[in-house]
Amino acid sequence: MWSKCRWSTVMFSFLHRRSSVMSQTPPIVSVLPTRGLVDEKFKVLVENLPPGRPVTVRSLHHSDNGHYWEAFGFYTSDHRGTVNVSKDQSVGGTYTGKEPMGLLWSMCPVPGSHKGLRLRKLNMCSPMLVNISVHSGHEGFRDGAPLASVLVERWYMAPGVKRIDVQEKGLLYLFSPGPFPGILDLWGGGGGLVEYRSALLASHGFATMSLDYLSCGQPVFTYVETAFNFIKDHPQVIADRVGVVGLCLGSLPALYLAADSTVVKVVKQITSPLLLVSGCDDQNWPSFETAEDINQTMRAAGNDHLLSRLDYPDSGHLIEPPFSPHFRASTFVTTNKRKAMILWGGKTKPHSDAQEDSWRKILSFLQQHLCCSLNAKL
Amino acid sequence: MRRWIHCGHKGMDMFNMDKEQCCVSLSVNPSRGLMDEKFIILVQKALPGFQLTIHASYHCEDGNSWEAFAHYTADAGGTVNVSQDTSLGGTYSGVEAMGLLWSLRPVPGSKPGLRLRKKNVQTPMEVTISVYQGHQTEGFVDQVPLASVLVERWYMAPGVCRIPITEEGLTATLFVPAGNGPFPGLLDLWGGGGPLVEYRAALLASHGIASLALNYLTPKTTMETGKMVDNQYFEKAYKFLQQHPQICDSRIAMLGLSLGSAFTLKMAVYSQVMKVRKCLLSRMDTFTHVKFQNNEMIWRDLLLPIPTDPSFKVDVGRLKCPLMLVVSEDDQNWPAPESAKDMKEMMERAGNSHLLTVLSYPNAGHLIEPPYTPHVRISMFRTVVMALWGGQMVEHSRAQEDAWKKILIFLRENLYDSTKPGATTLSHL
Repeated sequence: MWSKCRWSTVMFSFLHRRSSVMSQTPPIVSVLPTRGLVDEKFKVLVENLPPGRPVTVRSLHHSDNGHYWEAFGFYTSDHRGTVNVSKDQSVGGTYTGKEPMGLLWSMCPVPGSHKGLRLRKLNMCSPMLVNISVHSGHEGFRDGAPLASVLVERWYMAPGVKRIDVQEKGLLYLFSPGPFPGILDLWGGGGGLVEYRSALLASHGFATMSLDYLSCGQPVFTYVETAFNFIKDHPQVIADRVGVVGLCLGSLPALYLAADSTVVKVVKQITSPLLLVSGCDDQNWPSFETAEDINQTMRAAGNDHLLSRLDYPDSGHLIEPPFSPHFRASTFVTTNKRKAMILWGGKTKPHSDAQEDSWRKILSFLQQHLCCSLNAKL
Repeated sequence: MRRWIHCGHKGMDMFNMDKEQCCVSLSVNPSRGLMDEKFIILVQKALPGFQLTIHASYHCEDGNSWEAFAHYTADAGGTVNVSQDTSLGGTYSGVEAMGLLWSLRPVPGSKPGLRLRKKNVQTPMEVTISVYQGHQTEGFVDQVPLASVLVERWYMAPGVCRIPITEEGLTATLFVPAGNGPFPGLLDLWGGGGPLVEYRAALLASHGIASLALNYLTPKTTMETGKMVDNQYFEKAYKFLQQHPQICDSRIAMLGLSLGSAFTLKMAVYSQVMKVRKCLLSRMDTFTHVKFQNNEMIWRDLLLPIPTDPSFKVDVGRLKCPLMLVVSEDDQNWPAPESAKDMKEMMERAGNSHLLTVLSYPNAGHLIEPPYTPHVRISMFRTVVMALWGGQMVEHSRAQEDAWKKILIFLRENLYDSTKPGATTLSHL
């Protein structure tokens, strides 16, 4: 029949196959949720470690363009053998302190990568896959195999969001059945069709159109007005609830639509609410100075009550959706096809805090002004 | 200014909305979750005191439609939080965070005896959650909701691999968790309703246990030869798990449901090959004369009385591994409470009852499925007969939720040697 020693005999003979420390059962790493939107927080928990054990919790992502990105934090398990990334302090790594989302926003290219890389998801219909693993020790954690790992999906598109190719215009992200407030999303001077913010805004209930306004072959402002009309007239969009979001170069046509365009039926002054988000360490555009100038202009015109400003000290130019990795500089291809290293500015932690804070406030601003307001009587 | 209706389309004027309609927002978190995870449904920006119906709709793979709904009244802040507020009626009442899933039922006009089971576990169950004005009970299909969201419910966590297995004459599907392993292993034997039901094994793999769903009723060998499988078939399945490079060969459990529990017990007790680390059974056992009630077959009496002759039973007094029995006290299909009592007595006499844990649920029926799966009191069995499974919806649903959590803790404690049962990681269930 059975004998107890058979179990332990089998266990030890199995062990020599593995390189990890396995005189006991392996630790368990879990992430909640395992499938979330990119702007949602997650909780990372490691259990079943020996008490007081130094471990490294690491994230690893293989980007759409073939590069590897990682982040890691150094922890010590408590008396129960647990590490809770949301509550415990990281004492080193790519982030320190109590940082629930540090494993994402502090990601950087793995050692040996090219310089000047930028992490951007190209295919919105598939999730960003992040491997979260736990390793023994701190320095030198890469020398051994992970003790345990789990795969996490981070999505730009919520269930039900549809990506629609709008011929000659751009891409529309919709969430059925509608109708919904609409947004025209104007990315920056990097060109091309950058979709991820539109996909994320649609996941928050806005029918959003990404527009490539730089290679359209038409005057930009005319083209942008055409796109705005397209959204306004779309059967799933509420015509009098359309906003514009502009980043970097894209903020120029956005301001034009708000101030000078006849399409938006406003006079030469801005008569729609305006939110300006500036990184005070922006090394690419003089964002803060520009925001100050706009503020003064509107004050003189008597419409500065429409203006809200978010200024973030030590933040750089590229204020992206939350938990996106920060990079102070990256490679940029100029209009005459030359590669340059562009300094965007910002320090990682303050910039990441700015991304998280501003996104929440951008969504709140859009919801306040584009979604209906409560009516006293029904 | 153009008057608009939040829920209307251009050209569609389903509502006679001659008054401004306040717009509600609806969110479900997480929007992508595992089948056993709880979610939070929140309706906001309604008017205080606004009456609304929250509705869930699901079109399953076999083309049938299921729905659930509940009536709420928005609070002073214009909010309804399904996890905290009271449903005043519908397919469930009271405070029920997950009621919109476990109270799903076939829509009016569906054929009788339906059962909701997902065959393709690689795609999620897509449930549409919607908000309608007023307290409604029917006609949802003809109305336009105030808001709706699509929610995905997954059996497989990211990174879980599904591998069909045909080696050694086995017909099975292996689910391996993400990561390198090694993982504890589990042999999953479904019931007579088989043949190869994968969703539980997929879900267990999502919790870190490499699980093999085994077809022992209609595997390839049986289809070709006409012969039922013998003990060796189960032992081959067990050896397959033991020898798998990602599975820890000394940490293997067996899980049996209904007919599957009979084989689980038999192999755990008698097999010289299978040194099972632990056993989980939801009902069990051996066979006479069929009773009917309202044209629904009751099988429990076929297996009563429990034989006193030990040669007709598995001698659980010889069991050497921990055993958990999940017993439904309103099981109309198998005599679960009587069998459990008999097994307990056998083990007490033999002196190994310290290995036994019994979870017993009043008013639960035979089909204890993963949590939030809709309860069916009767359904068509093998397209031939209408079987009475038993159970009352609310108690059965609570039993499913509680049993699953305890099963996972039991597996974790015994397969991981964890003295800290990981309550925190299971707290979202």
